[in-house]
Amino acid sequence: MSDDYSPAAIDHFTAPRNVGTLQLADGTGADANPSCGDRTTITVRLVGDRIAEARFRTFGCTAAIAAASVLTELVTGATLEVAGRIEPHDLLRALGGLPPRKEACALMAVGALRSALIDARVGASGRSSRSASS
Amino acid sequence: MDRVYLDHAATTPLDPEVAELMARVLREVSGNPSSIYAEGRAARAVVDRARDEVAAAIGAEPREIVFTSGGTEADNLALRGALKATRAERDHLVTTAIEHHAVLDTARDLEASANVRLTVLPVGPDGRVTAGAVDEAIDARTALVSVMHGNNEIGTLQPIAEIGAVCRARGVPFHSDAVQTVGALPLDVRTIPVDLVSVNAHKFYGPKGVGALYVRTGTKVATMQTGGGQEKGRRPGTENVVGIVGLGAALRIAAARRERESASQSELRDRLIAGIEARIPDALLTGHRSVRLPNNVSFCFRGTQGEALIVALDLAGFAASSGSACTSGSTEPSHVLLALGLERDLAQGSLRLTIGRGTTAAQVDALLQALPPIVARLRAVSAVSA
Repeated sequence: MSDDYSPAAIDHFTAPRNVGTLQLADGTGADANPSCGDRTTITVRLVGDRIAEARFRTFGCTAAIAAASVLTELVTGATLEVAGRIEPHDLLRALGGLPPRKEACALMAVGALRSALIDARVGASGRSSRSASS
Repeated sequence: MDRVYLDHAATTPLDPEVAELMARVLREVSGNPSSIYAEGRAARAVVDRARDEVAAAIGAEPREIVFTSGGTEADNLALRGALKATRAERDHLVTTAIEHHAVLDTARDLEASANVRLTVLPVGPDGRVTAGAVDEAIDARTALVSVMHGNNEIGTLQPIAEIGAVCRARGVPFHSDAVQTVGALPLDVRTIPVDLVSVNAHKFYGPKGVGALYVRTGTKVATMQTGGGQEKGRRPGTENVVGIVGLGAALRIAAARRERESASQSELRDRLIAGIEARIPDALLTGHRSVRLPNNVSFCFRGTQGEALIVALDLAGFAASSGSACTSGSTEPSHVLLALGLERDLAQGSLRLTIGRGTTAAQVDALLQALPPIVARLRAVSAVSA
């Protein structure tokens, strides 16, 4: 079965990058795959309009862990605009593909990121409106 | 270290002696068992011998053995055949929530497409069904009770002697899917009141694609397929001669080695269970602690997902399986684990290790070294706290 996974996917699964939860996150997002119960949470910290740090936690299969791990690598240092345009196929490309029935796992990672970016934007506007009113 | 195979409940390697015998039959026995000339008689003779071997292993008469393509077909023949045979007077089927899909999905199909009334009995937290619950479920129109002997996922053994006695007293035929137990545990139809028993060769070091259904004399089973009348009309079609020979020989050998092997396997099983419980926090043993298959170890590790456990173990050189996980494209957690009352997240993190003839203490110890860091790593990544 492991033969179905690319070396890059296996690498991200066995040595996942950026595992954890940022305590001082500017954005927190989560997504779940209702069909299997897998879930991913992503936290990001911003410096200006760039993602300085990203962390993930995933309860799920090999593909779900690998997809979230590679996503945190792709977004670190990216502008919010670039990060917001990341699609599941970008993760698949970075992983050298996933088994066909596992491609939804990439969608879950992207879903968690997008909700984290929305959270960051809402937070930023909240901060800026507070600073504007003070 | 070589690969360590700990998935003997999925399948077992072919016994070398059985492989030899099958190869000889493939080369030398070419006739059709239904032909009356010498070549046919030679083929008939090896099939008959296998029938004697299977019958002897479970205390049956040779004429009570019907060869099939495996456990799934045996289960289908038992359920569909028994319900069809008594359709005019009886339309009720009783089974349990933790049966193999070959029984449970067949029962649901009969309910959906053949107007069969279905009662699916719940099980206790250890996976046991009681004879009393079966007794309460039986009514005047019950055509069949089907309760497995040993559960393939959690290893729990059912009290089939007591359940059979209840069925006998109520005049209802009793089927047991004994695919996981025949060859591993004694099952003698002269002492256990069971009327239909499903058997599968590749679970006891025989070939894949062949099995048998024991049909007690007097038990009505209608055929599912029509054709040339082989197997006394109960399973028409030219016999899988070489497979049947392999089934017979494998069961003869397994029966002879059963007592010694089951004892040594249950020692390794208990070593695994104790080792996992000592080394992995919050490890939940599933199934009954002692009334279980001698080779079955099954756990749930909260915060992990079965597929990830299996892939990580595979990478470390171990073949194991999980009742849950989208390993086979199935995305639902195991119906067996849910029937025990486990919540979905916990049921997702299931691991099944099943010991076999070739398993050594060194292999068990290697698994006990490899598994704890894998569980710890997956829990560290997990979005669900352990």
